[in-house]
Amino acid sequence: MAASSCRGVRSILWKYGSCGKNLCVSRSKTIPQLPVRQICVSSSLWKKNLAAAGPQKFTQEFIDKQVEEFEVGKRHLANMMGEDPETFTQEDIDRSIAYLFPSGLFEKRARPVMKHPEEIFPKQTAIQWDAVGRPFHFLFYTGKQSYYSLLHDVYEKILAIERHQDKMRSKGLFTSDTKQIVLTGSRWLLKEEMEEYLVENVSDQDFMRFVQLMEKLLSMPYCSLEEEFILKFRKQLEVQSSKHEIPALQYDPQGVAFSVAEGRRKTAKATITLRDSGSGNFTINGRNYLHYFPLLQDREQLMFPLHFVGMLSRFDLEGSVEGSGHSAQAGALRLAISRALLSFVSEGEVEKMRQAGLLTADPRIKERKKPGQEGARKKFTWKKR
Amino acid sequence: MNLHKLSSRLCPTVTQKFRHLHIQSSGQQLESVAVETASAEPNPLSVFRTSEQDPAYHSERQSGQYYTFPPAHIQKLFPHGLPPRFQLQIKTFNEGCVMVRPPALELISYLKRADYSKPPLRYVLYGDTGTGKTLSLCHALHYCYTQGWLIVHIPDAHLWVKNCKELLPSSSRPSRFDQPIQASHWLKNFKITNEHFLSKIKTTQRYVWTKRESTEMGQPLGELVDQGVNRMKSSSDVVGAVLRELRLQAGGITEGEGAFKLAVAVDGVNALWGKTSLKKEDRTLCEPEELTLIHNLRKMMKNNWSGGAILTALSQTGSLFTPRSAYLPNELLGEEGFDHMEPFVPVSVSNYDEKEFESCYLYYLDRNWLQHPHSRSEEGKKELIFLSNKNPSILERLCAFL
Repeated sequence: MAASSCRGVRSILWKYGSCGKNLCVSRSKTIPQLPVRQICVSSSLWKKNLAAAGPQKFTQEFIDKQVEEFEVGKRHLANMMGEDPETFTQEDIDRSIAYLFPSGLFEKRARPVMKHPEEIFPKQTAIQWDAVGRPFHFLFYTGKQSYYSLLHDVYEKILAIERHQDKMRSKGLFTSDTKQIVLTGSRWLLKEEMEEYLVENVSDQDFMRFVQLMEKLLSMPYCSLEEEFILKFRKQLEVQSSKHEIPALQYDPQGVAFSVAEGRRKTAKATITLRDSGSGNFTINGRNYLHYFPLLQDREQLMFPLHFVGMLSRFDLEGSVEGSGHSAQAGALRLAISRALLSFVSEGEVEKMRQAGLLTADPRIKERKKPGQEGARKKFTWKKR
Repeated sequence: MNLHKLSSRLCPTVTQKFRHLHIQSSGQQLESVAVETASAEPNPLSVFRTSEQDPAYHSERQSGQYYTFPPAHIQKLFPHGLPPRFQLQIKTFNEGCVMVRPPALELISYLKRADYSKPPLRYVLYGDTGTGKTLSLCHALHYCYTQGWLIVHIPDAHLWVKNCKELLPSSSRPSRFDQPIQASHWLKNFKITNEHFLSKIKTTQRYVWTKRESTEMGQPLGELVDQGVNRMKSSSDVVGAVLRELRLQAGGITEGEGAFKLAVAVDGVNALWGKTSLKKEDRTLCEPEELTLIHNLRKMMKNNWSGGAILTALSQTGSLFTPRSAYLPNELLGEEGFDHMEPFVPVSVSNYDEKEFESCYLYYLDRNWLQHPHSRSEEGKKELIFLSNKNPSILERLCAFL
């Protein structure tokens, strides 16, 4: 009783300033017996209004303290693992944590993690105004100060380039074929990435406006002066096809080239040996493929990679497959054939095959049945009453 | 018909030219249907067609080429004998063309060289599903027909061991079962095929069907057959009687009018020794031995007569309780059947080889059956080879919707 009333009082005091806290504590200690008249408060006052508070604000000191703790913790961890604290990288940290705290959780994000506070705590804007209440930035009252200041900067640069252009014209040195910025293999930042960069919300129209402004900047002949600035907003695309492992081309005692590859689809596992003998024989699990796949659709699946590359009657196939049903087995074989073909085919063809979807493993598997439902999606009969 | 054949043997060249013209005129009617390739040719011979229409003269030179069944022959010889898909193809293309292939040629050469005073040789055509056993059998039968033999053709023995609606206990023997519908249907077709023989052969024994009906000795076979067709109840026994008569008289008289050679052709012969799916009244499965038709056929298969040949083909497609991958004789015939049929001459039938596939492809192109423009290219042909693995029936089904 006393404790609850104390808590209620304490919460009110805390809301209006933290001055009376000490008094409250001392009062409860000295006169425990006297019944304190409970000030009538509703429970909504001492429950925190979580929605109105917004995301949790971390002060700069708090973040700095976390960084210090992280560094110290890193050195401790290195000592524990018997490694050199100076050359202890993030990968080493991850490995050590996975070793010390093995977790069986399926969700990777729920497992224990030790990372630099920059990555854990979301970036927040510092207080934008001084002690008087006057904002620092001149565009504060637009509401999106970093976005508009960025636009402002870009326009400044456009004007600067135009002045440079006029200067060159006046000197008579104006040429259109100046060094152009190489833009292939990169893309503009996405909206989410912009938001992360500016640490404030960006709407779709704002983002489009920004991209248009950058395009305008790029259209000018002397834009190479601002190359560094522009490249800050471009992201490199990695070349996908370099990721595929090409199985090695092995040679028979007779000198016939062959390659071995595997493929999987939905619990079906297939292994294929592709021989460059020049006939079109296909044996699957010891039987002719016409017997193994009486359905035309399955045989068409097998035909697709070879037909795409145009080498239908060139190869001899020997395959084994197990598990799942006929359609999944055909899909697994198809993937295995495409992978085996990689070693017989040129680079450009590899890229084409990847774009045709021949090298992508189909990730679809049987969906889990949920409790309270008949199957994965089917619900029990709905009864109105 | 006989005169025509006789004259062809006496003066082959003249009548071949006659046949050439005949084919040319009919070919031109057909070519008005086909647009591009065939009409431009001055000679009716394309690479895949042969002008030799008489199976007696087929040899390796014509291997891989198509020859046409004369329409009159189709109606007479094969009222029920051709596989249903082939009958559809005849209707679509307006002609019945069959490819001359090594298994059939082998069979015909054996038939030509066999000694008919000895017991008949048994030939078994075996091979994978859809490789052309039934059509090779029909080709050989056509040869027999053109040579003037008497044909006993059971198109599919499997039809007699399954899906029978009426199974009557036999009138003559207590432990047997009759199949009146199948028997009378077969007798009707037999009559159509062997019209001209029916008046010449006479019965050697008196057959009593019921208290009031009997067939006396010395009656023409035609009467016996009519008896079976009209009186359904005793038709199975009539079949048995007919077969017996033919067996007795086949090679017996070697000169005179009654001489004939007997060709017994059974497709799906493994049905005779397999299981049936018919049930007796007490819900137990019937043995094949208990069916009159099967029993009589088995007797026919024995080589205790002379003056003919027994041509058979195995078939997994219609057979009951056999695994799909079985195609060898000992797998399909079973122990009993194998012992019964032994010794036999096995003839293996396999998928098309390159030349035959080429020929089939050109035939379909000529008949405008391959409508898709891509199928005319080299690429399309490779795809067809891959998808069908040069299996005739699968190729046919594939091309059906191209």
